[in-house]
Amino acid sequence: MQLDLRGRSAYGDRAFRWIAYGAGALVLLILGLIALVMADRARPVIGEMGIDFFSSKRWSAPDGLYGALPFIWGTLYTAAIAVAISVPVSLGVALFVTQVAPRWLKKPMVYLIDLLAVVPSVVFGLWGVLVLSHQFGLGRSFLTAGIILGIMITPIITSLSREVIETTPASEKEAALALGATRWEMIRASVLPHSKGGLVGAVMLGLGRAMGETIAAALVIGSALGQVTLNAFASGNSMPAVIANEWGEADDLHKSALIALAVTLFVITIAVNLIATAIVQRSMKRSRGKTP
Amino acid sequence: MNKLFIAVALLGACKGTEKGGGDKPASGGSATLNASGATFQKAFQEVAIESFTKANTSIKVNYGAGGSGKGRQDFADQVVDFACTDAPYKDADLGKVKGGEFFYIPNVLGPITVSFNLEGVDKLQLSPEVLAKIFQREITKWNDPAIAADNAGATLPDTGIVVARRSDGSGTTENFTKYLTLAAPDAWKLKSGSTVEWPADTQAGNGNSGVAQIVKSTKGAIGYVDLSDAKASGLKYAALKNVSGAFVEPTVAAATAAGDGIEIKDNLIFSALNSKAAAAYPITAQSWCMVYAKQTDHAKGTAVVAYFNYMLTDGQKLLEEVDFAPIPKALQDKALAQLAKVQVP
Repeated sequence: MQLDLRGRSAYGDRAFRWIAYGAGALVLLILGLIALVMADRARPVIGEMGIDFFSSKRWSAPDGLYGALPFIWGTLYTAAIAVAISVPVSLGVALFVTQVAPRWLKKPMVYLIDLLAVVPSVVFGLWGVLVLSHQFGLGRSFLTAGIILGIMITPIITSLSREVIETTPASEKEAALALGATRWEMIRASVLPHSKGGLVGAVMLGLGRAMGETIAAALVIGSALGQVTLNAFASGNSMPAVIANEWGEADDLHKSALIALAVTLFVITIAVNLIATAIVQRSMKRSRGKTP
Repeated sequence: MNKLFIAVALLGACKGTEKGGGDKPASGGSATLNASGATFQKAFQEVAIESFTKANTSIKVNYGAGGSGKGRQDFADQVVDFACTDAPYKDADLGKVKGGEFFYIPNVLGPITVSFNLEGVDKLQLSPEVLAKIFQREITKWNDPAIAADNAGATLPDTGIVVARRSDGSGTTENFTKYLTLAAPDAWKLKSGSTVEWPADTQAGNGNSGVAQIVKSTKGAIGYVDLSDAKASGLKYAALKNVSGAFVEPTVAAATAAGDGIEIKDNLIFSALNSKAAAAYPITAQSWCMVYAKQTDHAKGTAVVAYFNYMLTDGQKLLEEVDFAPIPKALQDKALAQLAKVQVP
């Protein structure tokens, strides 16, 4: 009887182990295949353009010239504007919810912020076109795109920051208050230093989202070519917007160039996400170590 | 990024539905035809499919307007029963068409308007060189002497010109720029393609409707828009100087006339752009549907031929109601003769 039972559970263990391994391997396999196929299909344009693909400002399909610099610039610049707008707001809201808000307000606010995170990006994009571009007269520009992206990443940064901030041990906060600190001094002396790493990670995850956003950016950025400028009111273009706009009618080398853009975006966003995950994990380990 | 994944997923979904109408009853047979291709033809395909399937209730036709490029790709990969395109395959791509020999069947002509928004000016005439310079931002004021020279007697305001163009890759852009390379070879420097290297200070709109919207809402704007969208948005459009020197407005009749003064190859490839006919509107675009010469399924093959036949005959009468132009009689006869060569098992 007992032997039988052990046998059965061993089967279960083995099956579970293989399924778990399989699932893990599948994810790596899919990611690897995506990277491999895309890199392979990006090869023709890199062969044709060489390093100019990353440094040239001219993108002209009829001439067979594909320089992605303005789009890389547009992606990074709009994402930077988005983060600059979003970070103060997100941190403010997160601190308000965790440190200042009365208990009855806390739950509904958390719920509302999470709700904002699931609004489809095309809604933000259309709102950007109708309100920011037309009503406020910002036109289609880096700034308009940056503002829209900033609004889109605010809920993500806010809810991650809130969770990080809440890991601050009560003992540290109470210690600061007991020494006569005001609420702001308490936040500065114990909450912020404790959650610094996690907050940086949250911001970087938001940055990754802002760089990959397609539709909202395509609608408001203006699709202007060759723009590498700090002038935020100028029209420009971003990597995902170009891919979405030009894919449908592109011929072979043009398609290869768009895939090369996708690979570039893939590499940049993965790098940002990996750095973010590493920072978050390190800070979590540290805070867990400190918690009694 | 996401968009790409969605596109891949959709492509997978399309492949899944390909073998839809397999079960056929004894006589005539019911069939579901799946097609994809040019957005230029979308409005025509919608009305043509509606009235064709009303008369042939056992046949269903689905037309996915994903663009000419997608149509050519889907047709080459045999994931659709027929496809429509504004431009033929390049010679290098012909080898990729898996289903063997196929025919181009011309079915639609359509004028691309140069629409504008200029207070106090209702009639505007433009010659190709001036048009080229406007879209290259070399002429930036409406009262420029070059524009005035085309419009004797008109008073043009001192308004700045805002150029509106497509943000997405498009057959309309391809035809518009191809026209400029033909009609103003010295002035036009941006070459032709589904997207070209537009100057940075031009305004980009998504689709014909997006460009129409910019022209409608911007004082001093000018943009290229197909006739049906220009009409739907209530835009004013310019008369263009054609090869024989006449200024012609974009109308259905002038587009059909453009189909008369052209050279047609044996495979029915032609270009109605910059036509030599005296009454032709010079920016007239053309579109084809493609069908395999050897059909492999009886019910589907019969249905495809019936639908193509309809598009070339009774269907032509529907074109005007969606602001497209029928093909001229001579071309229609050639297309029907070509269609008669399709073999159905």
